[in-house]
Amino acid sequence: MTTAHLAAAVTGATSTGEAVQFWILAVVAVGGALGMVLMRKAVHSALCLAATMLALAVCYMAQGAVFLGVVQIVVYTGAIMMLFLFVVMLVGVTSADSLKETLRGQRWAAALCGTGFGVLLMAGIANARLRTFTGLAQANADGNVQGLARLVFTRYVWAFEVTGALLITAAVGAMVLTHRERTEERATQRELAARRVREGVQVTPLPAPGVYARHNAVDIPGMLPDGTTSDLTVNPTLRARGQIRDVSGDMLRRMEQLETSTADYLGRTPPPRRVAASARVPLAAGAGDEAGDAAREEARPETRSGARTEEAEQQ
Amino acid sequence: MNPVNYLYLAALLFTIGATGVLVRRNAIVLFMCVELMLNASNLALVTFSRLHGNLDGQVIAFFTMVVAAAEVVVGLAIIVSIFRTRHSASVDDANLMKL
Repeated sequence: MTTAHLAAAVTGATSTGEAVQFWILAVVAVGGALGMVLMRKAVHSALCLAATMLALAVCYMAQGAVFLGVVQIVVYTGAIMMLFLFVVMLVGVTSADSLKETLRGQRWAAALCGTGFGVLLMAGIANARLRTFTGLAQANADGNVQGLARLVFTRYVWAFEVTGALLITAAVGAMVLTHRERTEERATQRELAARRVREGVQVTPLPAPGVYARHNAVDIPGMLPDGTTSDLTVNPTLRARGQIRDVSGDMLRRMEQLETSTADYLGRTPPPRRVAASARVPLAAGAGDEAGDAAREEARPETRSGARTEEAEQQ
Repeated sequence: MNPVNYLYLAALLFTIGATGVLVRRNAIVLFMCVELMLNASNLALVTFSRLHGNLDGQVIAFFTMVVAAAEVVVGLAIIVSIFRTRHSASVDDANLMKL
């Protein structure tokens, strides 16, 4: 490896393998960076940035900075991107940037500025570049980590200590910024109970979701004695999102099938078709509780009368 | 291939990050663009270290990473506290120094 590095130093070119690796990773890195800027959702941006960082980590390792490559993966893609994703989840995954321009022509101006800046930067590099390069064979002779440690603890020891102070300050700053002071006394259980009785809306605890002995998942509403579902048993958030699975209609349909097949077998006329009240009154996503309850109140007597006529027929 | 190509890549990434800061308005994405710019400068530092054959560039890149980590912690804490008071992470909405 050392001879290869020395040969490279003489010719001013790297190995073919590194060239191939560079061109592949450069495409990945630039694509990830462009994706990060162009994606509308913050989560997609974060994932694109993670891809770019991984490509850069491999670039570091290929250039002899093995320690920095590992630190890049552990600190950037491990810690920092996780922090980013954490905040993205806190703020809301579905939130996307609005595409409305608040300043007219700002995007075009920004793109123009960016292009000009990039052209200037690259022209400067092209003007000032070295024809040959030294390579890290000599500097990494004792090992990359040892070489870095020697520098950090001798020439850069002051900067290293200041870094410690910086990290402490950052940790304290994050705690101060995210801490929230409670301004009023926390309500005790007794006070909560007294308030519930005073308001008189729902004195008892809310009924549990699910149908006993069949399903007790939180997204399945509990059933009232007449076979309709109760909106009170499911979480309001699930109700608002429309993520409620309703099994009562399913059960009524199966019962009807059973009755039909029984009637077929016995040679009787099948009983009149019974429709589940919950099928007629869907648990609408946007509908308020009062509206849903009122609709169910309207629907219930019909079901009862239907059941009664059936009973009469059977007698 | 000359290692100077790594410098061109770093310049390109830095430019993309800077353009992103100018274009985007979501504070979290702005932070990601800043991180991309820091990463590009790290790549440039590592390449300088290789071109000149000493490890000083790598040490400085290491310090850059530490500073970036500290910056992200404080910045994201600020974003969270702004989000709590304004229910938005858009930098257009945060137009007052006092929350």
